[in-house]
Amino acid sequence: MKHSVKEDSGSLVVGFEGDVDLQNSPQARKVLLEAVGRRQPVLVDLSSVSYIDSSGIACLVESLQAARKAGTAFALVAVSDSALRVLQLARLDTVFTIYGSLADGLAQAG
Amino acid sequence: MGAAAAIGQREHPVEVVDLVTHYGPRMILKGVTMDVREGEIMVVMGGSGSGKSTLLRYLLGLERATSGTIRVLGQDLGGLSHREITDLRKKMGVAFQGGALFSSMTVGENIMLPLYEHTDLDRSTMEIMARIKLEVVDLAGFEHLMPAELSGGMIKRAAFARAVIMDPRILFCDEPSAGLDPVVSSALDDLILRLRDAMGMSIVVVTHELESAFKIADRVTVLDHGRILFIGTVDELREQDNARIQNLLNRRAQPEIIDGDEYLRRLTGENMDEGTIQ
Repeated sequence: MKHSVKEDSGSLVVGFEGDVDLQNSPQARKVLLEAVGRRQPVLVDLSSVSYIDSSGIACLVESLQAARKAGTAFALVAVSDSALRVLQLARLDTVFTIYGSLADGLAQAG
Repeated sequence: MGAAAAIGQREHPVEVVDLVTHYGPRMILKGVTMDVREGEIMVVMGGSGSGKSTLLRYLLGLERATSGTIRVLGQDLGGLSHREITDLRKKMGVAFQGGALFSSMTVGENIMLPLYEHTDLDRSTMEIMARIKLEVVDLAGFEHLMPAELSGGMIKRAAFARAVIMDPRILFCDEPSAGLDPVVSSALDDLILRLRDAMGMSIVVVTHELESAFKIADRVTVLDHGRILFIGTVDELREQDNARIQNLLNRRAQPEIIDGDEYLRRLTGENMDEGTIQ
């Protein structure tokens, strides 16, 4: 798994690439919680994620909760069909704000 | 390398070829060949003593075969060390018949147990994963209860939550409907279908419940006295005119069709397959 963090239009865009699974979700968690700690709107770009397992989704849930406590916006961008099915299985699609594209997310977050 | 891999096709998650097993001198599985495809729900059926639970134990790598091969997720179980089988099991979920929850641990601790054993995840991540899986099996908020405080159906669902906590590629279920009333049993069938559809896993269900099999199976394997009697879809199963399959479908006890000589050899202990009375 690779990751990137960059600022765009006042938001922090956290991008992941490859698989987010049991092996590397601790790293994803660290990246996400650090981004939330910067108290800017966070957009998590999942467009290059080929697979995300339950541990990765748990990291997203924990980061969302941290963002809510900090009063910071937190949203997912370009969620793959497979990841969306897993989110829907646990009804988490009702919890997260999900944008179809990064452009949509930046427009809304800004 | 398996035959499928050799010609460039993707191997099925489970491939069993000519599996022969013994329990002491007694032959249990007598040349079983079957497979389970990616994302498929394969129901293994058969009467008592048919060998269906034995087949499950061998698929899980709990026993060593007398002969034949068992490939799970591309690995030949016969060639794996104990440690390698343990590693492979991280990708396999098992929902045991009785739930097999530890009575001294809460439901949440039971569900997180595989994560403690196999990962270095933060406790907070594990707890969220467990709560997500409890949501999936409709046991949200039950993580602090002890197993003794759950009904039979709830124990089964908690067992499912533990079985899928590591997002396995294959889920094995041993008699999931056993001891449950029809409504609870049907809800469990729905859960199996949801897990497959959302997580894309292959699922092997060992059961003798026809209604459940017909509802969830993509394909059915019917075992009879250690041999494969049928493999195919539910519709194909219904069309079979084989008397033993018809008896199974009509829930009739299966009369054994043998000739006099074979019967005599069995009574006198001369059947090689049967061994001696211990």
